[in-house]
Amino acid sequence: MVSGIQAAGNYHLKPEMIAPGTYVLSGRNEHFNFRNGGNIVNTGFIVTKQGVVVIDTGPSRIYGEQMRAAIAGITDQPIISVLNTHLHPDHFLGNQAFEDIPIGALPGTIEGIRTQGEMFNDSMYRLAGSWMAGTRVVIPGETLKPGTLEVGGHRLRLLALDGHTSADLVILDETTGVLFASDIVFNSRTPTTPHADVGRWLKALDRLASIEFDILVPGHGRVESGAKRFEPVIQTGKYLGWLSGTLSTAAEAGKSMAEVLHPDVPQWVAGQAVFPEEYQRSVVHLFPDYESAALQRGLVEQQ
Amino acid sequence: MNTTTAFLRKCLLAAFLICQVSVVPAETSPPDPLNSVMWKEMHETLLGGGPVVFDERVRVLVPGDAEDSMNVPILVDATALGNVSRILVFAELNPIHRVLEMEPVQAVPLIGVRIKVQQATPIRAAVLTDDGVWHLGGGIVDAAGGGCTAPSLGSANQDWASRMGEVSGRLWPGDEHSRLRVQIMHPMDTGLVSGIPAFYIEQLEITNEAGEVLTRLFLHEPVSENPVLTLNLPQAESVVVRGTDNNGNPILAQVRSGVM
Ligand SMILES: [Zn+2]
Repeated sequence: MVSGIQAAGNYHLKPEMIAPGTYVLSGRNEHFNFRNGGNIVNTGFIVTKQGVVVIDTGPSRIYGEQMRAAIAGITDQPIISVLNTHLHPDHFLGNQAFEDIPIGALPGTIEGIRTQGEMFNDSMYRLAGSWMAGTRVVIPGETLKPGTLEVGGHRLRLLALDGHTSADLVILDETTGVLFASDIVFNSRTPTTPHADVGRWLKALDRLASIEFDILVPGHGRVESGAKRFEPVIQTGKYLGWLSGTLSTAAEAGKSMAEVLHPDVPQWVAGQAVFPEEYQRSVVHLFPDYESAALQRGLVEQQ
Repeated sequence: MNTTTAFLRKCLLAAFLICQVSVVPAETSPPDPLNSVMWKEMHETLLGGGPVVFDERVRVLVPGDAEDSMNVPILVDATALGNVSRILVFAELNPIHRVLEMEPVQAVPLIGVRIKVQQATPIRAAVLTDDGVWHLGGGIVDAAGGGCTAPSLGSANQDWASRMGEVSGRLWPGDEHSRLRVQIMHPMDTGLVSGIPAFYIEQLEITNEAGEVLTRLFLHEPVSENPVLTLNLPQAESVVVRGTDNNGNPILAQVRSGVM
């Protein structure tokens, strides 16, 4: 808890250029804690001739402010648009620093932030402590539709996918070939599932695998390009397949929820960052549905 | 550590059991491996200060962190002990400590269930053997909290009443025993939310075709809404689940081995 003190709160954000005018701020492959202040996420921005487009705003007011300062350190262009990819707190709680700029999101994301934003903000205080000081939920005011946006010489294709949550915005910059995959894709970091529909998520991954792009920016984990750019897409799908297979097999075999907390795990699964914690969370999120399907098949007569 | 060693030595000198564990007289508690501030009080109030041992043969599976404080999965397994007459599960830092009691009767001394926790707490299983000694196992669950003072989803939902008491479940045949898993629709309100009185399943009895009692359960308010129970029973083709809640509403269903 002492580490909260050092949190006078400098995230030391260093935008890294991954394509012309395109920058990523990489978070750590960890769970939220008092040391990382919630910076476990990748955010990004695109500098165009008309101004800057920001993709996700990080986990706190301070992060948003420091991100804005980092952008100002790179370009004099004004920020003209902010996009929130989905409703998870590490992707939108920095909105406060961009309140004077139109913030856009898919309708399901806006609704989710409206209804659950305060709860996320409270739980982030518990997990990241003083880094969250003064953070307030700012609901995106602009509703995004799938389609193509022309901004200062960049053609941005907005894809409305779902599965990680009920609304996941993926952005393909057709001009640079950069795919901002949001949390549909994790790279060597165990995917999180609090709002997941695994079947829909796998469909969204299939869709990404069929798209032309050159550089992949996952929601969490390293940026990939070249031959390796599809690997995180495949890896995320493979993990979700393993997870749903493990849970449905256990439910069908009559295992209780607590008995699935410590499964036999292949090395490629166990080697992903934050595996034990995220897996146990996923059991709580996903097992009840598999369990209920298994129990519904039983022979019961009410008397 | 030194006190433990001293206890062990005393045990051996007094020619108690073959002492892998330390049995102590009623007026003292052995050092608590979970270091809980509530342990002494729990020992007095729930176990009547009776003889206790902390015993690794009582396995309590809990997650390290309660992702959902309304639904914390636990499994108590005292199979390695034998001759168990009673199991008491309690959550020490919950406003209501008692979670459930089980009289195994003919069942394996094992139970899986999901529970509500109000904050980070030790979850403990006290297992009474025929010699009158309570064997304790446990684990600590970290939690954001609020599980006991949040209203059940059922109470907020209009049509729960028509499904209340409804049982779904399945009986899996096995080499040594049959595994029973049942879910019973019930709000399991704790009474800690203002305006919503305590309303929970109080007792359940599982019987076989011959009408013999296989096991008896006594549930309390901290058991999660729509409880899901996991039990290992003597082999049976079918069992009857019979019970009541604290308002006298009956629960009655037969579960047969096999699937639709
Ligand atoms: Zn997410």
